[in-house]
Amino acid sequence: MAGDLWEGRIVIVGASLAGLRAAETLREEGFTGSLTVVGDEPYPPYDRPPLSKQVLLGQAAADATGLPMRRDPDAQWRLGVRATGLDPPGKRVLLADGESLPYDRVLIATGTRARPWPNEREAALDGVFTLRTRDDAAGLAERLAAGPRRVLVIGGGFTGSEIASACRERGIEVTVAERGPAPLVGALGGTLSKLAVGLHRAHGVDLRCGVTVTALRGNGQFTGADLSDGSRVDADVCVVAMGAVRNTEWLVDCGLAAGPRGVACDAGCRAFNMYGIVTDDVFVAGDVARFPHPLFGYQMLSLEHWGNAVAQAQVAAHNMVNPGPRRRPHLAVPTFWSSQFGLNIKSVGVPVFSDQVVIAQGSLDERRLAMVYGYQGRVTAAVTVDMAKSLEYYQSLIETAAPFPPGPGAADGRPLLTEFTLPSDVPDPKELSHGPTVALTGYLPDRRLTVVRPTG
Amino acid sequence: MRIVVDLTRCQGYAQCVFLAPEVFELHGEEGLLYNPAVPDDQLERVRQAAAACPVQAILVGNEVSVGGR
Amino acid sequence: MAVDTLLERITDYANRPDPYPLYAELREAGVARQRDGRYLVGTYHDIAALLHDPRISADPRSRGQSEEQRQPPFLRLDDPEHHRLRTLAMRPFGPPHSPDRIDGMRGEIARIAEELIEALQDREQVDVVDDFAYPLPVTVICRLLGVPREDEPLFREWSDAIVSSADVRPQEEESTERETAGEQARAQMGRYLLDLAEQRRGHPADDMLSAFVNEPDPAMRLTREELAQTAVLLLIAGHETTVNLITNGVLTLLRHPDQLDRLRREPGLLPNAVEELLRYEPPVHMRERIPLADVDVAGTTIPKGTPLVLALASGNRDPRRFHDPEQFDPTRPDNQHLGFGSGIHLCYGAPLARIEAQIALGALIPRIGTAQLLQDPPPYRRNAMLRGPRHLSIEL
Repeated sequence: MAGDLWEGRIVIVGASLAGLRAAETLREEGFTGSLTVVGDEPYPPYDRPPLSKQVLLGQAAADATGLPMRRDPDAQWRLGVRATGLDPPGKRVLLADGESLPYDRVLIATGTRARPWPNEREAALDGVFTLRTRDDAAGLAERLAAGPRRVLVIGGGFTGSEIASACRERGIEVTVAERGPAPLVGALGGTLSKLAVGLHRAHGVDLRCGVTVTALRGNGQFTGADLSDGSRVDADVCVVAMGAVRNTEWLVDCGLAAGPRGVACDAGCRAFNMYGIVTDDVFVAGDVARFPHPLFGYQMLSLEHWGNAVAQAQVAAHNMVNPGPRRRPHLAVPTFWSSQFGLNIKSVGVPVFSDQVVIAQGSLDERRLAMVYGYQGRVTAAVTVDMAKSLEYYQSLIETAAPFPPGPGAADGRPLLTEFTLPSDVPDPKELSHGPTVALTGYLPDRRLTVVRPTG
Repeated sequence: MRIVVDLTRCQGYAQCVFLAPEVFELHGEEGLLYNPAVPDDQLERVRQAAAACPVQAILVGNEVSVGGR
Repeated sequence: MAVDTLLERITDYANRPDPYPLYAELREAGVARQRDGRYLVGTYHDIAALLHDPRISADPRSRGQSEEQRQPPFLRLDDPEHHRLRTLAMRPFGPPHSPDRIDGMRGEIARIAEELIEALQDREQVDVVDDFAYPLPVTVICRLLGVPREDEPLFREWSDAIVSSADVRPQEEESTERETAGEQARAQMGRYLLDLAEQRRGHPADDMLSAFVNEPDPAMRLTREELAQTAVLLLIAGHETTVNLITNGVLTLLRHPDQLDRLRREPGLLPNAVEELLRYEPPVHMRERIPLADVDVAGTTIPKGTPLVLALASGNRDPRRFHDPEQFDPTRPDNQHLGFGSGIHLCYGAPLARIEAQIALGALIPRIGTAQLLQDPPPYRRNAMLRGPRHLSIEL
């Protein structure tokens, strides 16, 4: 009977958003057994999005973003200790302090870490930061408060753009170096990336696109960087915002389908082993998971989204304590937001899963619009700029596989814009400085997975 | 007390800013910034804001206390 | 089943005290086409979807009938014009420009409530509407806008005519006379408010009319016509709905003495109780919308230009959205009600109404513990859309 699923030992590896929400859900579902949560950072679960916004603006302290609990999950918190391995046959999680935690079911929620600057010596220069953890944010916020002459941000993705925005709001000079043709192009495609270019320029960002940073300079203290176009940027702070790396190294030899793209699992969050056979006692949730989604051709999705961490953690926890027929699929449509340069950018669906776009409401000139993305004649995503109240309408179009372009009729649609679809212009992520926050990692016969834009 | 706003749900109605303007702030027309650590004297206003949120996106609660059960 | 008469029955004055069984019938029917061609929608998810659908117009001119071409106030406009005007109207009222304005009125609202209650000290019998729920929001909106409180008899007459003309009612009913009266009242009230605003040009006081007329940025100024329309809207909406919210609140609490008792013991529940009131007995029961394209609602295609009546109060009692919806439960979790609408037209004055209702009920609750309703159901106002008691007599 189901009764024994509500008992026993559950270990959650990862003490951030997904780990906390999973722990709470397990108790809400009636789990009465022992619950242990392992986290490599010494802090209780905290919220990361404010780190690149309120914290850098100096409006909140880095140590003030502790996540509120929905309920006390009555868990054993093993914080400040890294999980170093998983032993599926022995049903144990191995810890860096030599201890091992036996489990009946385990949830992998180890998330991602910031992709480091590849040159270790340069990365170690004083003044060079990444931004992922509370400690990162505390250090960077302190430098910004000290009034640096210039900040160099490497990577024009969401994090890089938000950092640049915070710097400008504080009156700090900032240079953004992006290998691709424009900021945000990897996530939102060509049309909205033009809006992003305009935003950076209008707010006084020194934006350098189509260049790479070839070296970080300094003697102990960071003083500037060399760019591939031969120019040099003098700055006293550098933020490396080149995307994220999935924390899967600790799983490398355990026989699970774990790799740089994440840990593969089924729609019920059960991990696959290396033979593609689904396990029944190892579950995955959050940024580290790679899961199939029916709305996107059953491609395996890897999402670095706050909302996905919550939704997937809840499904995983439910399925950990419920028998097969009562299990639920994780089918939530991906959504995310970014706040930068005073604009609220929200997305639903998977914008990179697209070949065409259309501006359905508003316009680029107003910096207030809803853009709809289509793939092979159906709606697959939408992005709003300061128009969040429309987003759920477009979500319903995605969920019902509505035809693209969507029908006319929006009161604030501009006929000249709503009638013409444009290529979505999503570049191959390999051409960008920053990693994608949404990655399609499956296979579609008619196109490369990480979409290549024909050159010329 | 701590708060977190599910900004995936937030649609920028700004009801929280009206009710607790020292904790919530509108950044531009629609972007929401907030102080995640609620000062004691703002707690009642924050609870009102959480109740009033049209998309029920505000969670108020204690953070996990370190080191213990 | 005579679905086609639902709107007639809902708007029938005889059903004003309890329209909720009719709403249940409506939800059962799905989308109900009425004799006059309009469609009635009463399920939560359909209403919520329509309120977020950019193809659904709030502008009465979208019907394509040519007689009314004057621009309505922003409540009945679509984006981008709605957005522009609402943003300008918001500048002296709320964030991002004036985030502290409403919060800063809490003390004043509490004083007004206390004064009204003190005047009731020695009374045994009280009309909650005339003695408390009406004068409170009227005094507040007068101070906020900059309208002399003593002019209330003057604008009450206009307000009655305007609200009556704006009611949802079956269209075969004779209504031209009411509409003409409403238009006249609207014009008179507009002129009155413009005069008040003009008096403040160059002599700003701490009120919204002053802020509108003394706006330094030319790009942020309302035209004369826009100012008149907006000021009329704010004055009317500022008190016609809050009076219902407060009165419905007192009525509901007196009908649920256990909950009244609980709120007296746990005043911290009051914010949630007000949200539950907005769900259970919302001050606005219906809104009218017009699709700008053929739209599909619950499997029925509504042709472009055909008016839709969205029964918000019915959506609030939809068992597919709310557990045990007929129960008044001040501790209800996940209470995402439609009491203030949703989407871009979500009630502009919602934060003020909330604070007024919280303060009003918070001040009354300790004093009505043993009060008795003298007439239940009480006599209601005519209006089906803005539904609430005309009088609520109680014995203290």
